[in-house]
Amino acid sequence: MSDRPLGLASQSNVSPLARLLIALRLDPPLVFGIALVCAVGVMVLYSAGGRSMELLLQHGLRLAVGLGVMLLAAQIPPRNLRLWTPWIYTAGLALLVWVLVAGQVSGGAQRWIDLGFVTFQPSEAMKIAVPMMVAWYLGDRSLPPSIWRVLVALLLIAVPSVLVAREPDLGTALLIGSAGAFALFLAGMGWRLIGTLLIAAAASVPVLWHIMRDYQRRRVLTFLDPESDPLGAGYHIIQSKIAIGSGGLYGKGWLNGTQSHLDFLPERSTDFIFAVFGEEFGLFGGVLLLALYVFVIGRALYIAGQAQDSYGRLLAGSLALTFFVYVFVNIGMVTGLLPVVGVPLPLVSYGGTSMVTLLCAFGIIMSIRSHKRLLAL
Amino acid sequence: MAGSDRLRDHEHEGRLFRRRAAVAALGGALLVAALVARLFFLQYISYGHYTTLSNDNRVRIEATAPTRGLIRDRNGTILAENLPSFSLQLVPERVDDLDDTLKRLHKLVDFDEQDVERLRDAWTRARPFEGVPLRFRLTPNEVARVSVNRNRFPGVDIVAGLTRHYPFGRTASHALGYVGRIDDDDLDRLDSSDYRATTHVGKLGIEYEYESLLHGHPGFRRVEVNVQGRVLRVLDEQPPKPGHDLELTLDLDLQRTAERLLGDQDGAVVALDPRNGQVLALASTPTFDPNLFVNGIGRKAYAKLRDSPHRPLFNRAIRGQYPPGSTIKPFVALNGLDSGEQKRDDTIKCRGYYRLDGSGRVYRDWKAHGRVDLAAAITQSCDVMFYDLALRLGIDRLSSFLRRFGFGQPTGIDIPGERPGLVPDPEWKERTRGEPWYKGETLIHGIGQGYLTVTPMQLATAVSMIANHGRPVRPHLLRDASGDEDVPQANRKPVVPKLRMDHPSDWQYVIDAMIGVTRGKHGTARAIHWHSPHIIAGKTGTAQVFSLHGGQYDADEVAADLRDHALFIAFAPADAPRIAVAVVVENGGSGSHAAAPVAQKLIDAWLGPKALPGEVQEASR
Repeated sequence: MSDRPLGLASQSNVSPLARLLIALRLDPPLVFGIALVCAVGVMVLYSAGGRSMELLLQHGLRLAVGLGVMLLAAQIPPRNLRLWTPWIYTAGLALLVWVLVAGQVSGGAQRWIDLGFVTFQPSEAMKIAVPMMVAWYLGDRSLPPSIWRVLVALLLIAVPSVLVAREPDLGTALLIGSAGAFALFLAGMGWRLIGTLLIAAAASVPVLWHIMRDYQRRRVLTFLDPESDPLGAGYHIIQSKIAIGSGGLYGKGWLNGTQSHLDFLPERSTDFIFAVFGEEFGLFGGVLLLALYVFVIGRALYIAGQAQDSYGRLLAGSLALTFFVYVFVNIGMVTGLLPVVGVPLPLVSYGGTSMVTLLCAFGIIMSIRSHKRLLAL
Repeated sequence: MAGSDRLRDHEHEGRLFRRRAAVAALGGALLVAALVARLFFLQYISYGHYTTLSNDNRVRIEATAPTRGLIRDRNGTILAENLPSFSLQLVPERVDDLDDTLKRLHKLVDFDEQDVERLRDAWTRARPFEGVPLRFRLTPNEVARVSVNRNRFPGVDIVAGLTRHYPFGRTASHALGYVGRIDDDDLDRLDSSDYRATTHVGKLGIEYEYESLLHGHPGFRRVEVNVQGRVLRVLDEQPPKPGHDLELTLDLDLQRTAERLLGDQDGAVVALDPRNGQVLALASTPTFDPNLFVNGIGRKAYAKLRDSPHRPLFNRAIRGQYPPGSTIKPFVALNGLDSGEQKRDDTIKCRGYYRLDGSGRVYRDWKAHGRVDLAAAITQSCDVMFYDLALRLGIDRLSSFLRRFGFGQPTGIDIPGERPGLVPDPEWKERTRGEPWYKGETLIHGIGQGYLTVTPMQLATAVSMIANHGRPVRPHLLRDASGDEDVPQANRKPVVPKLRMDHPSDWQYVIDAMIGVTRGKHGTARAIHWHSPHIIAGKTGTAQVFSLHGGQYDADEVAADLRDHALFIAFAPADAPRIAVAVVVENGGSGSHAAAPVAQKLIDAWLGPKALPGEVQEASR
């Protein structure tokens, strides 16, 4: 039952680099995929940021921190993680409440906590803590879960989601909610229940509409008809569609995007960076990047499938699928398929916390891969 | 922890998970397919559409204004030029708070409410990211002040350009006209695509008439702009085609002489080359400085010009309609000879008045001339002879003959605003006044009084016809345009056909009589002879402004603005005319004193202080 890096380490037909990665409890194919996506990100960011070295350095620094966190997370045995899960979840929830209270004092959207040496968003941590909690709760008993356990799990998901949505940060709330939901789904919750919940969700749309803030409603309306406000809320979508569409099959070439370099494209370093990519690398580039993402997600799902216990399976699986939600929602919104919600393009967009969270999640997935117990059967 | 409560079927749970993961993977694959389809739609199917939008975003076509053509006189002296100047422009998209910006700007640059009003007008019409001018011709100090504070005024730019300038100011302004800021009326009239970059347009005179030649065609620059509209680089450029330089028939020296001779009197002088209709001088006094109008004249300055009783903005040379007075007599005489109503030898005894048969009403002559023939009647300006002749001719014959000299219709000079004058007839009177024509009106018609009015330009054109023995000319100011072979020659066609007399020698008969006016012992302008070496054929005229009702006219007793207009028409040298002149001095008194010397000095200035070779010095008559 010793925890040791498992897999191909003992085999001789692997490269020294792969052997090193395995020794570090990392998964070489996943690292390879992530590294490629990150490389694309650095390239696009260099272009989107107007060749700003400063921006690139900042991004590199965060990437380095993220990789460090990933390496660290890979060292934590899932067993320990599972033991800490309720505490992590509870602490996260407490911080969320605290942020909301503090936010009310200062007014406006308050998501940050200043820890003195670093600021961080508790809502980011919840993206991992919620699927962990659901996996912990459901994985404890035999699967598929009973309806009562499903309802409890739903509550575990809903509380932090609603808290985050009230910050208000719809994008993150969506990601937290879907991460938990994926864990539930993968745990085998009944199809009938899923159908019922979906119908209930559809029915609650009018209620949601009522709860939504003005700017959130405007976003939805603008999504439905961007041309209605071409200089205001619709401007982002129109300009980003122009950027992507004018990229054509092969793109305008790296650093040659006119939309982005002439400042027509807003938020081109962060949420709308895919528009810069699409403009400069065209349809082929876009499909290639999607393929990279699919590879990363597929590998993560494969790892989840190979995991030995329910906790690991559910956690790795839901993290992998959440990563997919990032990709789909971001590209969907930039191409005008979905409303504009603040979801970054994972591993590419400029922005610290999400990068660290994502790499931490991959660290956990790799830890699940590398900490396999040898079952003496 | 295995088997802690009840035995779990790990294999079953693993299968369940993998099934669910497969479903998720399938769903994910569908969504990825949707993304790819979306990209395909945007980047392949709609590629053209978005490329156009992208180019629209970044590429702007800017018009560049052509340089307006210069205007020169016949000797090449520049009368209208373009001087470099700086203007202050505001870009609507980049100015957040116009009121505040203007308020702060006013501390640095001088502008008035009218400038602001015009700015606000243009503000809404401006194309995206196009500057709207607030002030032109900034002083170097203003340029410096604004430049230093530029960071405080986003959207406010100093733009270098050219401004129209008339170096001789008031001289010839009635002929040149001026350019001014384009206004709404101009926009209706002009081809807006040709004037995209142009701020000024000809408003009057030559500047207006030959706008199409002077303006040129705009060039275009395709520029790449960023989202703020700032030009980053020029992609390609087609330079503007500058306007044509114009050479006028005017002679600057003669023009200045004419204006100087009129001095501070209100009046007009037109000097033509009778051989071809070239306008050598076109003076109307008082005059104005066209430079005031170029960048918008202030309300006060404009009101002063507009309300002045001397009407400096009024172009008397082509718009002033005056009774011709006795200057009409040579034309009436020609009509008498042409119709056979008057033989050269026929005489009449002038007692100083004329009694109209039937009515018994008495018409005065300015003096009793005794027995005179037609020539003497012209030379001495005998009214009685022409009262009688006019009656015999009748109003219809007389008026139609006068029209053959171009009276009663514009001469067709190539500046706008010309008036037609009036050659009345019974039909006209019936139509406009609803009254019948009276014989007495025919009578005074014969001495150029009554309803008959003419412009100085018409007088000069008509006297040129006498000088040419009936060949008409069309007065014009444009002599040549650079690089253009299509100078509108069609405009050179006279508006009346050649006038043929049954006895061509009648022309010389009348011309001799007109020489007698300046050289004869009894000539009304004989004083000219003492001064001029040239043989001048002329005719004086004094047009009544004020009806005397039979009283004696005494210039000293009549208010200045009711004094008679003094007129003189002339050409010289009489046997080979090279200049024809019409002079009108408003309220100048008698033609012989106020107008004739002006014409004589102008002729001397043109022909020189010495008699020309071959200029026959005839014996005095």
